[in-house]
Parts: sequence; structure tokens; C-alpha cells
Amino acid sequence: MIKLEKRPQPSRKLSLATPLIAVFVTMIAGGLLFMALGKNPFEAIATIFWEPLFGEFAFYYRPQLLVKGGPLILIAIGLSLGFRAGIWNIGAEGQYIIGALCGAGVALAFYPMESFFIFPLMILAGALGGWAWAMIPALLKVKFGTNEILVSLMLVYVAEQLLASMSLGLMKNPQGFGFPGSRNLQEYPSAFNAELIAGTGMHWGVLFAFIAVIFAYVLLNRHILGFNIRLTGEAPRAARFAGVSPTRLVLFCLGTAGALAGLAGMFEVAGPSGQVSIDFNAGYGFTAIIVAFLGRLHPVGILLAGLLMALTYIGGEIAQSNMGLPAAAIQVFQGMLLFFLLALDLLTNYRIRFAVKGAA
Amino acid sequence: MKLTKILTSAVLATGLATAALADKTKVGFVYVGPVGDGGWTYEHDKGRLAVEEAYGDKVETVYVESVPEGPDSERVMTDMALKGADIIFTTSFGYMDPTINVAKKFPNVKFEHATGYKTAPNVSVYSARFYEGRAVQGTIAGHMTKSNVVGYIGSYPIPEVIRGINSAFIHARKVNPDVQFKIVWAYTWFDPAKEADAAKVLIEQGADVILQHTDSTAPQAAAQAAGNVVTFGQASDMSEYAPFPRVSSIIDDWAPYYIARVGAVMDGSWAESNTWHGIGDGMVGIGEISDAVPADVKAEALALKAALADGSYHSFTGPLKKQDGSDWLAEGETADDGTLAGMNFYVEGIEGDVPQ
Amino acid sequence: MDLSAINPVLLIASLMVAATPLLLAAVGELVVERAGVLNLGVEGMMIVGAIGGFAISVESGSPYLGLVAAMIAGAVLSLLFAFLTQFALANQVASGLALTLFGLGLSALMGQGYVGIKPPAMGKLDIPILSDLPVVGPILFGHDPVLYIGIALTAGVWAVLKYSRIGLILRAVGENHDAAHALGYNVIRVRVLAIMFGGACAGLGGAYISLIRVPQWTEGMTAGIGWIALALVVFASWKPWRVLLGAYLFGGINVLQLNLQAAGIAIPVEYLAMSPYIITILVLVIMSADKSRAPASLGRIFHASG
Repeated sequence: MIKLEKRPQPSRKLSLATPLIAVFVTMIAGGLLFMALGKNPFEAIATIFWEPLFGEFAFYYRPQLLVKGGPLILIAIGLSLGFRAGIWNIGAEGQYIIGALCGAGVALAFYPMESFFIFPLMILAGALGGWAWAMIPALLKVKFGTNEILVSLMLVYVAEQLLASMSLGLMKNPQGFGFPGSRNLQEYPSAFNAELIAGTGMHWGVLFAFIAVIFAYVLLNRHILGFNIRLTGEAPRAARFAGVSPTRLVLFCLGTAGALAGLAGMFEVAGPSGQVSIDFNAGYGFTAIIVAFLGRLHPVGILLAGLLMALTYIGGEIAQSNMGLPAAAIQVFQGMLLFFLLALDLLTNYRIRFAVKGAA
Repeated sequence: MKLTKILTSAVLATGLATAALADKTKVGFVYVGPVGDGGWTYEHDKGRLAVEEAYGDKVETVYVESVPEGPDSERVMTDMALKGADIIFTTSFGYMDPTINVAKKFPNVKFEHATGYKTAPNVSVYSARFYEGRAVQGTIAGHMTKSNVVGYIGSYPIPEVIRGINSAFIHARKVNPDVQFKIVWAYTWFDPAKEADAAKVLIEQGADVILQHTDSTAPQAAAQAAGNVVTFGQASDMSEYAPFPRVSSIIDDWAPYYIARVGAVMDGSWAESNTWHGIGDGMVGIGEISDAVPADVKAEALALKAALADGSYHSFTGPLKKQDGSDWLAEGETADDGTLAGMNFYVEGIEGDVPQ
Repeated sequence: MDLSAINPVLLIASLMVAATPLLLAAVGELVVERAGVLNLGVEGMMIVGAIGGFAISVESGSPYLGLVAAMIAGAVLSLLFAFLTQFALANQVASGLALTLFGLGLSALMGQGYVGIKPPAMGKLDIPILSDLPVVGPILFGHDPVLYIGIALTAGVWAVLKYSRIGLILRAVGENHDAAHALGYNVIRVRVLAIMFGGACAGLGGAYISLIRVPQWTEGMTAGIGWIALALVVFASWKPWRVLLGAYLFGGINVLQLNLQAAGIAIPVEYLAMSPYIITILVLVIMSADKSRAPASLGRIFHASG
């Protein structure tokens, strides 16, 4: 009979080792899957994990890891604060959309004026938009005790409909021959979130992601607010005794997560994506939840997890075009990676004991 | 900033040069949906397979499916270009700006963007005059309807779809002055359950002919269940529902164009172009008109198809008025491509407004 | 504009069909949530059920065998989630999202050979005299069998939760798993069974789409219905009959807006489409004043430390 015993402290060694084990196990299981599909498993695994980092065209893919991983990291950092305190915002996708709409809205309102203040104003609008959208579940939770998981999720669909409405209506490019979608902000210098150093993939959003990682790290380790967040998550009753205000915590965590998600959306729409369109949101908000857990809600972990997730996306695309692997196989592969990571997480927090059957 | 940009493109270009040494012509395809969607992407992939068939060992094709529009598509295109693709087909409207961006970095790679309007020295655009097929469908629909109500499932209110509605309506009215169109917007390109609902709703409201501008066969199945409703295949032939309810179809046939363009790359004759082909050039196919259609109607439809194909007739030939009653085309006048490309109004006789 | 074109009888009959996959998936999820587990993988289980049922019914020629297979497929997939959350004590939100990702990919792989095939048709339950009655005929007696199964399932779940011992245990586990454990109930077993039930229902709901409502197989064909089912459970404040009502309302809004469009009435489709979600949020707020709130242990991990 197998018995689980909670460790007094999560094992540090294992919390570092389990992600690596999980990646390794996924490679084996994924290899079997690729073999079943009639592809060379070693080549497939190498294509996904090696090619983007060290292959012939790594000079192009490495910056792309930042472009793809940046928004994931930025959103996941915000989410992780709440997750640590037991506040479950799963509506980052909606906050991301609203942030993008607000940011793009500011840009489109000023078009075609050129000025230095437009871009900072867009950043502000993006953050504010995401923040406001997250404040809905936050305030409802604080005022009425509604479940923030469900409210934030519902608001994703509301945001998606707003996005469709904007791309077909208000924000539609007047010179776009009636096609849905806004003007391309890449062609509007004052609003364009260009690469800071060409060819590096570093745009303002990636920079903000790195700043967010540092900010979260300092907050969680050096600041009383971070301590309160951790305390609330680990021992809610103790936190109440210690005088932590749950209301303020909910408002802070959801607000921060919303603002960061909004920023991510705004940087995306002003930079890599360039325009508001019906299918603008590519699931970053949901993937970021996974990234937050992959990174074990730790800022540095999230940084690495975001890059790993970006790697599987980019490597997966390369495997598709090089080896003809179907997109679905890559999806299954990512799903497996998550399963193994989540399952092995057990080892960090619990010890497994093999007890004699019958002995309780 | 500019200098560094030039430097990057130089770096990228060298990468390209080394990779392009292989003697095979490499052709890339970027798909917006899965190849198993049975509609839009499925037909583009058939075009890809036709290219392989036509040139055998001389070409190598690669594709990536389900690529989201935006930065992901830009990366997929760059990846293909880096690996030595000579020509890349990007098969969704939303790939327009990414295609232009990537094309700037790879001046030696040819790009072909479907359904867009932005071109460059190494970017061509191509689209099909689906509305010609709609004219044929409208003719059949006008004859076949007994209730005089034709249902139309639109995807999004964009010019391409509105063009189709107008063309079908004009020709249905021509053969049946009493015909009415009921138009439902599904606000999706692909959601079988919603398309099925839309078809059912139209049937319940008296439509006995359904035209669809969405890609799944769900409306066909709904019509079949209803028993006495006529449908037309969209994007692909949907022949599994022939001979009834599906009595004909509009088929996107990209194969001839793809083969021609890849051939042009091979012999060095490729040049920037803006292609808008119809029935005549084989880009729009009319699926077999089944025996459920009376012989005289079939003959009339085929005659119209022939006239459209040889250019003796244009789908939008005056006299035509706009919905508000204002004059659009005078007697004998035909619509110019510019107006058609941006069409955002209904012709006279259609009820309801184009959603804004 | 011609409102008279809308036939209310047919409208009701077709919204019942549109609501059925939602209803099936939501009733299953309701049981899961009443046991204190939040499974966000409904969409993944539905689509695996859709292809599982489709494939088996095409291979065997029997739509009924396909429905059974869909239930098994959904339940088997849900076991993955059960293992992660109940034995490996993983976070339920993350596990559910992973399940959806995995299910969408898996279904696409499984379905590669089934695109463009027509499944064997399932007959309607034509009852000679009753089905021909005006008004009530098409609404009550003119449907496929699965639609009735959906309603029966709702009634069954309601009765079991309310009156039976099993229901009592299930609710106890969902409300306070520590107390239930102390009373000697096997919390994990109850939850695993509930999760499997939810998986089977979602699978059946998926197969309803691929075999009856649409009928065809295409990748991603559930198109978000699993997510709406999640909303629906909340909307219904975890009560079976309200799920039925909500399913008709959610399904009905879509059918109604299409009807209004076809009747030539200009409506802002996007705003109508977002209304079910806004209504759900309002219901949540109103409910917060009510005693019938979410199961207290919803989403919390149970580990018997004793």
C-alpha cells in the first residue's frame, strides 16, 4: 500500500529536479507518440528542443523565444501572486484583450498625429484597461463573495465578443476595403512597439516581463506584502490573526494580474501583432496559467517555464514544417508535458512511503 | 535603427543563400486551419498535393497548419524562408501584414498571399471570383425554390461575402421575380453546431433553398434531415450529400494557380501580380449539377457558366440599383473591380441592412 | 421585418436540440462540482467523446454503440484528471486546462481518417399519434432518443442528490471533505467516481454534436460548448433543474438571435452573444445573498493526513 506523507517543508532539491524529470519523461512518452505516427522519435525530439536553441537558424529562433515567451511571462507573474494567496484569476485572456483594445484605442484616436507621449499613454491605457477588467471579479468577490474563478472566466467571453465587435465596427481600418481589423500600428511610428535593439526580439513588453520578474521576486522575498500573500496562501487563518486584510489582498492581487495582462496585450497589439483583429487573442492568457504552475509560482521558475513553453511552440512549428508532424501531435505533446509536471509535483510536497497492507 | 535593420536582413539573406543551394524548388504553405477542416484549408492542401504531383522530384513542399494570424504566422513564414523556401503561399486574409513584413526581409523569396490586397515586388496576391459561382447558384436557386424564400448563411459581413449575396440574389431574381432572401450572419467561419442551427432556423422560417458562405457540411445535414431543402456545397464539393440536398457546389480549385506559380518560379518568370480569377481560369469550379435539378434549369445554369467563363457576361451587369434605390450600374455597364473589392452595400430588393 | 415568420413551436423544438449537448455536459459537471471538484477539462472530454463516438459508430454502423463508446472515451480521459488531482494532488485549475489541451490534440489525431464521412443516422422517436399532435407533437414527441436521455438524466441526478444516500455522501464530500472523511466516507473514491460520471456525460454531449446535431466530424467542432457548460453550472447555482432551464436559455439565445436575424430584424449580434455570460455573473451576485452557494470544498485539494 502506498502512502503519502506531507513534508514539513517542500523539498528544495526535488522542486528543482522534478521539472527536469518531467521534461525527460515527456520526451520518452512523446517519442513513443511520434514513433506511432511513423516519425523518427529522436529527430522529432531534437527538432523541438535543440533546433530553436542551437540549430542552424538559432540566431533567428532565440529572439523569437523572447517574443513568444514575453507575454506569457508577464501575465504568469501577475497570476502567480494571486495563486499564491489562493486567489484564482483565470480570466487573464480577457484582461489581455481589454488591455490591447484600450492601448490600440488610444493609438487609433491620435492617428495620424506623431508625438512622444502617445506610446506612454498607450502603456497607461493598456495597464488600466486590464486592471479595470480584473477589478470586476475583484470587487464582486469583495462585495458579494462571488467566486472569482467563474466571474473572471465569464468575462473572457464578454471580452472576446467586444473584440469581435471592435474589429468589425469602431476600430475597423477605414482604408481596409471593408475587411475586419484595425490599422496596423507597426506603420504608425508613435505607437509602434518596435524592437529596442533590432534582431534581438527585445521589445518593451519583454523588458517589462523581466522587470516584473525582478519586481515579483523582491516583493515576495523582501516585502511585507509578499509575506502576507504567502501567509494567506499557506495558512489563511494565521494570516487573519496577523491582521492581513483579505479585501486589500484580493484587490491588489487581481488588480496587479489584470494590469500586467493588459500590458501584455497592449505590447502585443502595438508590436508583434500590430493590429486589432477578430482572432487577435491567441490563448496567451490561458497558457500563462499553465506557465505559472510550471514555474511553481516562483518568479524565476516562471521565467524559465515561459521560455520552455515558448520553446515547445516554436520547436513544434519547426517539427511541423521539417518533418510533417501534425499540429495536433504537438498539442498532445504539450499536454503530456503538463501532466507529468503536475503529477511529479507531488514528490516535492509529499514523501511516498510503501507501507505494509492493512497497517493504517 | 535603419542600418541595423539592413544588417539583419543581410544576415537573414546569407542564411537563405546557403540554404537555397539545393536544386529542388521548395514550396511553403501556411494554413490557418487544420488540413482536416474539410473546407478552406483542405482545398489549399489539395492544391499543395497537386503541385507535388505535377512536378514530382523537382519540388519539395512543406506546410504548417493551424497557424494563428499575427506574430506566429510571421515566425512560421520566416522559418520557411530561412530553410530555403523559394515560394511561400500564405492562405488567410489575416496573414497580409505578416507576409509583407517577412517579404521585406527576404527579397529573393516569392510570396503569394490569398485574398489580400497588399502587394510588393516579391509579393503577389490571388483570390477567386467566387461571386461568379454564386451567379450560377442563384440561377438554380431561383428556379428550385417553391416557397420563394432562399436562406443565406453568411460568415462575417465583409465585402467578399456581401458580393456573393448580391450576385446570388441578382440572378435568382432574374429567373424568379418573387424570390426573397433571408440572410443570417453566423459570425464565425467555422462552427458546425452554429451553422447547423442557422440552417435549421432558415428552414423553419420557410426557406427551401440554403446557400452557405461558411465551410462545414452541417447545413447540408440539416437540409437532409428536413427532407425537401436544396443546398449547395461550399469551398469543397461536399458530394457526400449529392444528388440531394446538394444539387451543385462552388469549389475552390487552387491547384492550377499553384502549379502555374511554382512553375513560374522554376523558369524564372515569376513577377508581382494581382490575380483575381474566376470560372474561366479554373480557380472557381462548379460542382456537378445533380439530376435533382430539371434538365432545362441545368442547361440554363451551364449556359450562364459558359458565358461567365468566356467573359461574354459579367455577374454584375447593369441596369442595377443599390438597395436604397440609387442608381449603381447603367444599362449594359459592368462593375469595376475596385467597387467589387470593397462592396459594402446590398443591391435593390434585398431586405435588411448590412451589419455595421 | 417580419416577426410572424418565426414559428414558436419550431423555435422551441430546435432550441431543445441546441441545448442538449450543453445540458449533458453541464449535468455531468454539476455532479463533479457537487463532489467538490472543479474540472475545467469539459471541452477536452467533450471533443474526445465526439470523435470516439463518431469513429465507433462509423466502424460498427450503430449510432447507439457510438454513444456508449463516447461515454467510455470521456470517462477514460477524465481518469487522467482524476489521477492528477486525487492521487497526485495536483492543482485542479491547471489539471483541467491541461486536460482540455490534451483532449483537443488527441481528438484531432484520432479523427484524421474520419473527415468528410457521414455517420449512420439515428432515427427520431416518432410515436405514431403523439408526434403528429399540433404544438405539443413537435415539441414533446418529435426528437431523437438522446434528448430524452438528457432530460431523464437531469431528473435522475436531481433525485439522487436530493433523496438518496449516495447523494447525501456526495454532497457531504463536496461541502466538507474533512468531516466526510472523519465520518468514514472514502472521499477520494467518491470524487473519482464523480469525475468519471462527469467525463461520461461530457463524452455523450460531444457525441450528440458529432452524431446527431451536426452530424460530421471536424477538428475542434465542439467550438467552446464545454466552456459554456461550465458557465451553465454556475448559472444554475449547482441545481439540476436550473441546469435544464439554463441550457434552454443559453441554447435558446443563440437560436433566437438567428431567428431574429432571419426575420430581418437588425440586432447587435456580439452584444447578444455576450449576454449569457453577463447574466451568469449577475446570477452569481444575486446568489451570494442566497444560501445556495457553491459547494464549500470546491476546488480544494483533499489529503487525508491521518
